[in-house]
Amino acid sequence: MTKSLSSRASRRGVLKGGAALGAGAMSLGPLGTRLAAAQDAGSLEVFSWWTSPGEAPALQALFDAYLAAHPDTEIINAAVAGGAGVNAQAVLQTRLQGNQPPDSWQTHVGRELIDQYVVPGYCEPITDLYTSEGWLDVMPADLVAQATWESEQYSIPVGVHRGNGFWYNKQLMADNGIEVGDTMTVEEFVAAADTLQAAGIPALALAMKDTFPGSQLFENTLLGTVGPDMYNSLFSGEAAWDEAGPREAAETFVTMLDYVNEDFSALSWDQATATVIEGRAGFNSMGDWAYGEVVAKDAVDNIGWVSHPGTAGSFVLVVDSFTLPVGAPSPENARNWLTILGSKEAQEAFNPLKGSIPARTDVDREIFSAYHQWSLDSFANDALVPSCTHGQASSPAFKQAFYDASVAFVTDKDVDAYLSMLTDAAAMDAETSA
Amino acid sequence: MAISSPALPRDVVVAPPTSRRVGFSLERILSPLLLAPSAVAIFIFVYGFIGYTFYVSLSNWRSAKPDLSLRHPVGAVYGDLFGQSRFQIDLRNTVVFTLFFLVMAVLGGLALAILLDRHIVGSGFFRSVFLFPYALSFITTGVAWSWIFNPETGVNLLINATGVNDVLATYGVGPLKPGWITNPEVAWQLNQPIAAIYPPAAEWSLKLGVPLAMIPVAIAAAWQLSGFAMAMFLAGLGTISQEVREAAALDGASDWRLYKDVIIPLLNPITVSVLIILTHVSLKIFDLVFAMSGKGPGFATDVPGIFVYEMIFRAQRYNYGAAAAIVMLVGVSIVIVPYLARQLKTL
Repeated sequence: MTKSLSSRASRRGVLKGGAALGAGAMSLGPLGTRLAAAQDAGSLEVFSWWTSPGEAPALQALFDAYLAAHPDTEIINAAVAGGAGVNAQAVLQTRLQGNQPPDSWQTHVGRELIDQYVVPGYCEPITDLYTSEGWLDVMPADLVAQATWESEQYSIPVGVHRGNGFWYNKQLMADNGIEVGDTMTVEEFVAAADTLQAAGIPALALAMKDTFPGSQLFENTLLGTVGPDMYNSLFSGEAAWDEAGPREAAETFVTMLDYVNEDFSALSWDQATATVIEGRAGFNSMGDWAYGEVVAKDAVDNIGWVSHPGTAGSFVLVVDSFTLPVGAPSPENARNWLTILGSKEAQEAFNPLKGSIPARTDVDREIFSAYHQWSLDSFANDALVPSCTHGQASSPAFKQAFYDASVAFVTDKDVDAYLSMLTDAAAMDAETSA
Repeated sequence: MAISSPALPRDVVVAPPTSRRVGFSLERILSPLLLAPSAVAIFIFVYGFIGYTFYVSLSNWRSAKPDLSLRHPVGAVYGDLFGQSRFQIDLRNTVVFTLFFLVMAVLGGLALAILLDRHIVGSGFFRSVFLFPYALSFITTGVAWSWIFNPETGVNLLINATGVNDVLATYGVGPLKPGWITNPEVAWQLNQPIAAIYPPAAEWSLKLGVPLAMIPVAIAAAWQLSGFAMAMFLAGLGTISQEVREAAALDGASDWRLYKDVIIPLLNPITVSVLIILTHVSLKIFDLVFAMSGKGPGFATDVPGIFVYEMIFRAQRYNYGAAAAIVMLVGVSIVIVPYLARQLKTL
């Protein structure tokens, strides 16, 4: 009952939207016919958190790709606004617990997909699609592993963000006589930061209002200190957080925190990125969604990038993917949707708009910006590691503890307390999954 | 009481025993009947869900899938919760926020009410102006005040404009530039004094003191709710008769004595109501803090409401979130139940 009501309500919304769009271009007659036909093929409800000016057109490109192949389907866009999907995930949890799944929803791959949706039994495997569409041949094995649980695949990655970017203002570096090469070590950063500090400029733009930049900064510093193998062992529970490697990473983190802007607790990530674009801060450790801010502020020529100090040779994965729910209202449409998402055409249409790179490695390089070509090379050649900050490397509970520990750490800089919080969280995690 | 139905002819109504019994029993059935739907709804949707939340707080539910098996030993979740440094900080912050907020809102409201009560020009206009903030949503207030108390914008620009910093600079002193909501400092720490009496306190990781970033948040909340306190006090002042004031004046009381010894004591019942209402607002606060400063530097402005939200919807530790919600409920009950009991007794 509720379901039919809600789907009728959203259908009306779609009709209205369609009418508004069509009013100028078409006469009402053919439009009416088209919509009547549309209802015969059923609907496809897609749940995501893509609502921002950079995200909505990219999502629309996927819808267009789907409609080109299946023009008779009506698409219901069930997007919920909110950065990194925090609000959307709350809404989705409620729907899943109430057995009202959409036809497909957006999720990061890795533990977020597995712990939150696959293990509780909310997802159908799509291993047969991987086989029939040949995705295993065109996607890196390390990436496919992130969508795999007990040798079945559960979601199709559409776009890949690189989490360990280190962005800087070229003009500001030139003015202060700092040269940045193709890679950067922690020592090189510290030398550059001292120069900037002497000139009264914060070297590192940090934003803690939405918390994740702090834990991301630590995650990148950790990767840069211990390397990808140890990094993976820490999150899988094979290595302990009080070992020498994480301790050294935390101490490096303290060093980096000496150079941050004073007002970090009041800034959101995009405001911090803006301080670098505007030349008020030197560097910003941020995933490549920051590049979207650079493009939006028309600063492509003045912003340079390297991997976060010490992380050259690694690619921190932040991957958006879509699922096939158990009990999808229109399972046939949902499978068609996933098939389209995995296609070369859809991935080439989606990613330039979203500012990410395709999960497929057989795409046309030329349609991408200089930065994204660089990212494509890194994706093809470097070690692929999951991001904890973005939910892929750990359970949601550990991720929250990782956030909380970073919030405390950026102010008290207490290495022992930090490592013991992470150790406790890992122990609690082991107990939960046991 | 007996004349419940005006439609009946008068002589029937007067015929005593039978009609009296009919009216009485009808009323006896009718009022519970009319109350039943809302009683059932309240029982299910308020008390039922409080019970459910309490049950979840004792359960093993800590993933996306509900798991309502009891966690052993029973109550272990509460032990873990109070052991968590973030939750300890949250409780400290709630106490600090409540104290600052109550003092500012009540004194502010009382001052405004007394000023308006003295019939200054345009008091009607100012009454509306002072009450307006109360009509805003906490989110609006939070966003606006976060601009005011951001160290790069707002108040600090005003401080620069006064030229204070230029004067300081000529004396070689650094500029006056408070961090406001970004200030991680915990001032007036009590750990050392307590440790002098109770040595284990030296080991506490929680800094018992005033997180300075909380003060701007309390100011914003007081700005919003002092108008409400003012309206309550104005109503109270209206009930104090002119004779009392005149009698005090005849006895030679100054204005100061009039307020201190006569009017404010007479306002005591209102003050208690204002305190109780504002305290429960303060214990439950979420939206204002969430919009204004979030968790703050090192959790300096984190509150239990934010903790509950993050535990449930981000960490998916439903049992933790539920336990923290129950702790909040107990806190509010401690304040409000004695007050309600007193009110009901006086009825």
